[in-house]
Amino acid sequence: MSGSEPAHRQLGMTDDEYDSVVEILGREPRPAELAMYSVMWSEHCSYKSSRAWLGRFPTEAPWVVVGPGENAGVVDLGDGWLAALRIESHNHPSFVEPYQGAATGVGGILRDVFTMGARPVAVWDPLRFGPLSVARNRYLLSGVVSGIAGYGNAVGVPTLGGELEFADCYSANPLVNVMALGLLKREQLVLRAASGDGNVAVLLGSSTGRDGIGGASILASASFDEESGAKRPSVQVGDPFEEKKLIEACLELYQRGLVVGIQDLGAAGISCATSESAAGGGMGMDVDLDAVHLRELDMTPGEILMSESQERMLAIVKPGDLDDVLALAEKWEIAASAIGHVNPSKQLRVFHHGELVAEVPAASLSDDAPLYRRPAARPSYLDRVWQVDEPLPAGVDMGDTLLHLLADPALGDPSWIYEQYDHQLFLNTVVGPGNDGSLMRIKGTRKGLAVSTDGNALLCYLDPRRGSARLVYEAALNVAVTGARPYAVVDNLNFGNPEKPDVMWQFLETVEGMAEACEVLGVPVIGGNVSFYNETDGEDIYPSPVVGMLGFCDPMPESPPRLDRAEAGMEVWLIGPEDHDDFAASAYTRVILGHRRGRPLAPDPAMAVAVIDAAATLASTVPVLHDVSSGGVAVALAEICIESDVGVELANGDWRCLLSESPHRFLAVVPPGGLPDLGDVPARRIGTMGGDFIDFDRHGDVTVARAATAWRNALRGQFG
Amino acid sequence: MKRLRIDIRRKEGLSDPEGVATLRALHDLGYAEVDEVHFGRMIYLDLPDGGAAETGKRVEEMCRRLLANPVIENWTVETVE
Amino acid sequence: MRVAVVMFPGTNCEHDVAYALAELGAEPELVWHRETDLDGFDGVVLPGGFAHGDYLRTGAIARFSPVMGAVERHAAAGTPVLGICNGFQILCEAGLLPGAMVANRDLRFICRPVHLRVESTDSMLTRAARVGQVLRLPLNSYEGNYIAPAADLVRLESQGRVMLRYCDAAGVADEATNPNGSTNSIAGIANEQGNVAALMPHPERAAEEVLGSVDGRVILESFVASMVREPAPA
Repeated sequence: MSGSEPAHRQLGMTDDEYDSVVEILGREPRPAELAMYSVMWSEHCSYKSSRAWLGRFPTEAPWVVVGPGENAGVVDLGDGWLAALRIESHNHPSFVEPYQGAATGVGGILRDVFTMGARPVAVWDPLRFGPLSVARNRYLLSGVVSGIAGYGNAVGVPTLGGELEFADCYSANPLVNVMALGLLKREQLVLRAASGDGNVAVLLGSSTGRDGIGGASILASASFDEESGAKRPSVQVGDPFEEKKLIEACLELYQRGLVVGIQDLGAAGISCATSESAAGGGMGMDVDLDAVHLRELDMTPGEILMSESQERMLAIVKPGDLDDVLALAEKWEIAASAIGHVNPSKQLRVFHHGELVAEVPAASLSDDAPLYRRPAARPSYLDRVWQVDEPLPAGVDMGDTLLHLLADPALGDPSWIYEQYDHQLFLNTVVGPGNDGSLMRIKGTRKGLAVSTDGNALLCYLDPRRGSARLVYEAALNVAVTGARPYAVVDNLNFGNPEKPDVMWQFLETVEGMAEACEVLGVPVIGGNVSFYNETDGEDIYPSPVVGMLGFCDPMPESPPRLDRAEAGMEVWLIGPEDHDDFAASAYTRVILGHRRGRPLAPDPAMAVAVIDAAATLASTVPVLHDVSSGGVAVALAEICIESDVGVELANGDWRCLLSESPHRFLAVVPPGGLPDLGDVPARRIGTMGGDFIDFDRHGDVTVARAATAWRNALRGQFG
Repeated sequence: MKRLRIDIRRKEGLSDPEGVATLRALHDLGYAEVDEVHFGRMIYLDLPDGGAAETGKRVEEMCRRLLANPVIENWTVETVE
Repeated sequence: MRVAVVMFPGTNCEHDVAYALAELGAEPELVWHRETDLDGFDGVVLPGGFAHGDYLRTGAIARFSPVMGAVERHAAAGTPVLGICNGFQILCEAGLLPGAMVANRDLRFICRPVHLRVESTDSMLTRAARVGQVLRLPLNSYEGNYIAPAADLVRLESQGRVMLRYCDAAGVADEATNPNGSTNSIAGIANEQGNVAALMPHPERAAEEVLGSVDGRVILESFVASMVREPAPA
């Protein structure tokens, strides 16, 4: 650290932010106070560059129990059942140390869910890396997947799906997003607010050490450069066993009514948990750092406050319940320390070795965080990338083209990844990884929950507003094809440096596009995460929003559609709008033509609604439904043929219809005569299942066996 | 205070998947001269000084009962300076 | 038939096992690892998970949990004692079954269905099955690779105590069909008496149509049926 840089700048604060602190306190801040403001006002914690616009999202619906603002969004499933949903990013730490970065990402999101009173029951992992031709990207992917597996399997939460996208911009900025779902009965719902004068703040879980000191402020709020290697000591290390014990202990605490409020410790550790729970209840808190169980005995107050040691929770407990809480913690073999008291002062006062080391208005750490409305300007690259001079060829060899597409790691068989994840624990998984959406049951009911995570950063780079709206519609279609109606959304917005007007413009367009689509569908956004500063040496990532869509059905289809239920003789139907050429961001353009240009078509909201509705209705009766997305109809069909081990014969048609990626379309494979009338929703028969070939009529063919080999090796072949 | 280092290794002839995978990786990187790779584990115990014989006996018991799996592992105990 | 489903800190399949056993008509009860009295139980299950975080070695710390004394007494008395996945690992560390589990050959978690061939019906694990029957059960483990000193292996094989072997859909058990490198493709074994047995894959995850397979039922039914036929001694 440079000796001449003022302390606040070394902690990542601007001069203006520092002056704000001085104004709030009416004096210069003490070192521990400065430490707290620096982490709480970091981008990752305060959302200072995004907060001004997130209110654009529609957040209300009759079934929303808890909207954005708490640790997880919560929706009502009827009959006393609630679901909690949250998505988070752990991008920067995963570049520095992929296993632990991803592992602690899983740990963090699980805590956000079980801090609401819910048992975490499933996880999804949307991931983005640079091309696998580069060894370091293989190392990152492999490390991240091992980390998710190592943590998720050990803590005992199944991973049901995710997605994978590759682009050069992610080589130095991989994206690791993790979404978690929890289930709870209404009476178990717990919020964070600390209320009740005299109540005790109890720190539960792992001891506090120097892990990730400044992780939030240093890693997630700054771009990488050559010195990134030196940031390694900031990475947090996860202990899934500790987390498992913590989950069980907390669930028992809730069941026995022993907590008034609870908050998990994530970014900004104790500073955040104490201030947010106090402020949430309109109260203040006195905290004694000497009571915190420490791993390293010589930590400074600032370090204790900023530490991001994992697997810790802060429970607010009535004094009369304290003994029971400590006994319960002992039973579950987790450490517990009473570290503070709630009081009406509205101040957060922190003591260390008998001295007052910090005294700040509790709410100011979050409420007074800077709010930036950074300038946005339409980027100049758009006109350039919308220009496509090369015409599409008159014809293609579909057999050959299909093999190339199936061999692309982004389109190929992802089982190399998901076979490292336990996807069956809890016996709820009805439709697991490898299908469009996951479908879970709730035992003892006929309710079903479907989830899909969807991103397409190239599409969003080419047109953020159209692209992000289309992601919402696609995610909705992915849950509809399992039989569920779109019910709630969480979003992970991954972007580059917000101090650049180009990036800010992409962000605003994305928010607008997603908000519009959610409004059309009547789906509330119940939470989300923003990750900025995904930039290295001046290069930003594509705008990379990810939509996490929760679908709900009651009752669940008795025999939900799956990709492996097609049989010879069945009819293949394409449902959705007449094909419009849409090759911008298509797999064909990217993989075969080798460029990333074009302007995506705008979505068609009315059509989207009709098509999604048709899919959800059909799911009760047809054996196979499959969303058409990357690789168009050709790849979607190939996937059905490979999973069902049966070929298909297609009727004559324009090859472009097979590879175009226009939105709002899905395939239905039904026994002869089995497709009911869909009213105004366009539907046309395109072929019949049977034989050993995927037969594109005059455009060529390829055997299912060869297609299967190419598809199965696409990712697996990269890792030996 | 003294520190003992317990060096635990899998018995010869039993499968060592980490060893096999690491050998392959070394060869892939061009280190063909490596014949074999075996994995072990080191556990450090901090104990009070004195009573070497009694300590030695008890440490052997610790190894046999918990720290190592005598069915598939051998171990040695050394004092660390 | 009362079944003790033992929970260690870090165990995570206890509810699934209890649910599956209840569906078969048994009366499962979750028992915390600090419990030292298992009198009155007709069967014991050590379910899957990561007991004590799998720290030191998988099962190494769990074998010393207070409950294990009672488990060992039941084992000696002929009570059916079933180990699933982590439970198999714990029974090996406790010396109730020979051998040990180490890391999968490819050093990755394997979480997918595998095929198993029933080698013998001479234990509480497989008595309701047929020799040669091929079952499809989910495998979910990082350390499912069975090893044992040569003498133990010889004894195991010659005494016909290998109950299940990994194979393909046609029942062929060889190196190519071995998912994790397990010696002799061993997936499940029993003790000499046939009352203590364990397997790496999860039968409780394949006991209901809606979940995709019911092949696990025959394993659980064998276990439950063994409890009826061999009442706990006085």
